[in-house]
Amino acid sequence: MRSQALARGHAPPEAEREALAAAATWLAQFTPRVTLEPPEALAAEVQGSLRLFGGLGGLKARLKRGLAELGFGASIAFASTARAALWRAAGGGAALDALPIEVTRAGDDALALLHGLGIRTVGELARLPRDGIALRFGRALLDDLDRALGRIPEPRAYFVPPARFAARLELPAPVSEAEGVLFAARRLLAQFEGFLAARQAGVRGFTLAMEHERASPTRIEVNLSLPSRQASHFLALLREKLQRMPLAAPAEAIGLEADALEPLPGASAALFRDARSAGEDWMRLVERLAARLGNGAVHGLAVHSEHRPERAWRSIEPGASPTQIEVREPRPLWLLETPRRLAEGEFALLAGPERIESGWWDGEDARRDYYIARGGDGSLAWIYRAADGWYQHGIFS
Amino acid sequence: MALEELLQQHSVWRGGAPAASGKPVVPSGFASLDAELPGGGWPSSALTEILAAREGMGELQVVLPALARLTAEGKRIAWLAPPHIPYAPALAAAGIRLEFLTVVRAPGRRDALWAAEQVLRAGTCHALLAWLSRVRYIDLRRLAVAAESSPGFTVLFRPPAAAGEASPAVLRLSLEGRDGHLEAKILKRRGVPLAPALTLSVRRPVHAVGGTSLSPVAVAGARARACAA
Repeated sequence: MRSQALARGHAPPEAEREALAAAATWLAQFTPRVTLEPPEALAAEVQGSLRLFGGLGGLKARLKRGLAELGFGASIAFASTARAALWRAAGGGAALDALPIEVTRAGDDALALLHGLGIRTVGELARLPRDGIALRFGRALLDDLDRALGRIPEPRAYFVPPARFAARLELPAPVSEAEGVLFAARRLLAQFEGFLAARQAGVRGFTLAMEHERASPTRIEVNLSLPSRQASHFLALLREKLQRMPLAAPAEAIGLEADALEPLPGASAALFRDARSAGEDWMRLVERLAARLGNGAVHGLAVHSEHRPERAWRSIEPGASPTQIEVREPRPLWLLETPRRLAEGEFALLAGPERIESGWWDGEDARRDYYIARGGDGSLAWIYRAADGWYQHGIFS
Repeated sequence: MALEELLQQHSVWRGGAPAASGKPVVPSGFASLDAELPGGGWPSSALTEILAAREGMGELQVVLPALARLTAEGKRIAWLAPPHIPYAPALAAAGIRLEFLTVVRAPGRRDALWAAEQVLRAGTCHALLAWLSRVRYIDLRRLAVAAESSPGFTVLFRPPAAAGEASPAVLRLSLEGRDGHLEAKILKRRGVPLAPALTLSVRRPVHAVGGTSLSPVAVAGARARACAA
């Protein structure tokens, strides 16, 4: 497979290598056997993955679409050896025999000599006497030909995707709109999804950094309650965050980072989407809400074993199972955030006192007598008397 | 076909009987209220409004039996933008399984409306209670449409003044405390509009009706006859 976008050679070598690694990281979701073929090609052994991805045609379409999302225009070819596939991709997908001899990347002298002999295709080259090829055009060319034809093996070092994900994208022009950032982020998220799929992993969060010309980068943290690797889901969460945050300055580049990968089996999420439990849909809802309202804004409730009423409850992760504690004393459904100071005569006492004395060990001791009281309008309140007077702490709604 | 069968199929509208929408309902747990609610309970996939005269009359008790029942069946419920801290010990005592309850805090009006719509459209919550202030008719319309895609019942708690405003809710209930009881009036429902005011025996923390002045001495006389609220 040869990436034409990279072959144009505008990018400096450093950027070229990074781009190739990014594409390889994405490609690794289809097969663990991906090799880098600098400067602008990748080879992948796909025999074992063909059935899963819908045969040669299906795989080719998926590769083309996916690479396009990452911003690469690619020429994709298949062959029984990596060398032959690379040559075919370089030659625009023609049959091996019909490929122009330039795809072999033989030296200029050798090519000139071959042209002088009227040899224009790989097929014609292969029909020349072997001894003659080695003698006149060099041993390297004969070996390459043998590798392409599968006569001699060509061991390759497989690409190892990095353990943490970090990718960066220079924006063609400064972007000051959230939608523009999101559009660019799509590309990184697609790459991210491929990276995660290759490792059968998901994440519970990632960071998007926006680089500005003069200001320090803006970092947006996105958190999930369940590990995921779905780019569309990531994008939706990112959208909620971005839409609520005016950009401090135009973004010149964006970067996406994540570590703490978690195992997330299932080669194809789409296969299981129908069977996805309602529980998972619910967690997605929680994530969407938390992305916009903030992490503490969506929570579950638990009873906590503590005498002080304001500490007898806990805010817990949504969906977590609280411990069961039996409650015997009457308690109001509403607890006031801050106890409200009462004037004498505002309430009539109906029941009490229930003495609550606690907290001497942590310096926040409370010594209070709680009563159920009725206000002038007939409403019932939970009030207490402390050393400095009367307070309302709850409402029996 | 016998008359009884026709009536049971809800294909004949009977004057004087609350019209059922054909959608499932969630029984409120109060027999006298269920008798007046179309279908016999809180309407699902539609908006219900509860206009409480004030806090502390037992107004939340009206929905608690239904919530306890849903969570007992493992169904999720959500409380959106509650005005105070929903107190876990009291909720647990009312039979609500807390692991199925989610609280969503949304201080701003726009955030609260957005969150309500998200919850309703996700279709994974079987009851949404929301406290929305300063909500406009157009917002209510949006919520009513969103509620159609929710399997559960949706209750908006609104101030009593909202009774005078138009609303797309299919059920509107006003609550007033009277002598330690809760009086419910159906302001709007499917079918016949009017129903007599109902007295609901909601759970209260004390049975004593008579009170005394706020003095520690008097408290000893008003001995606690308390039950879990």
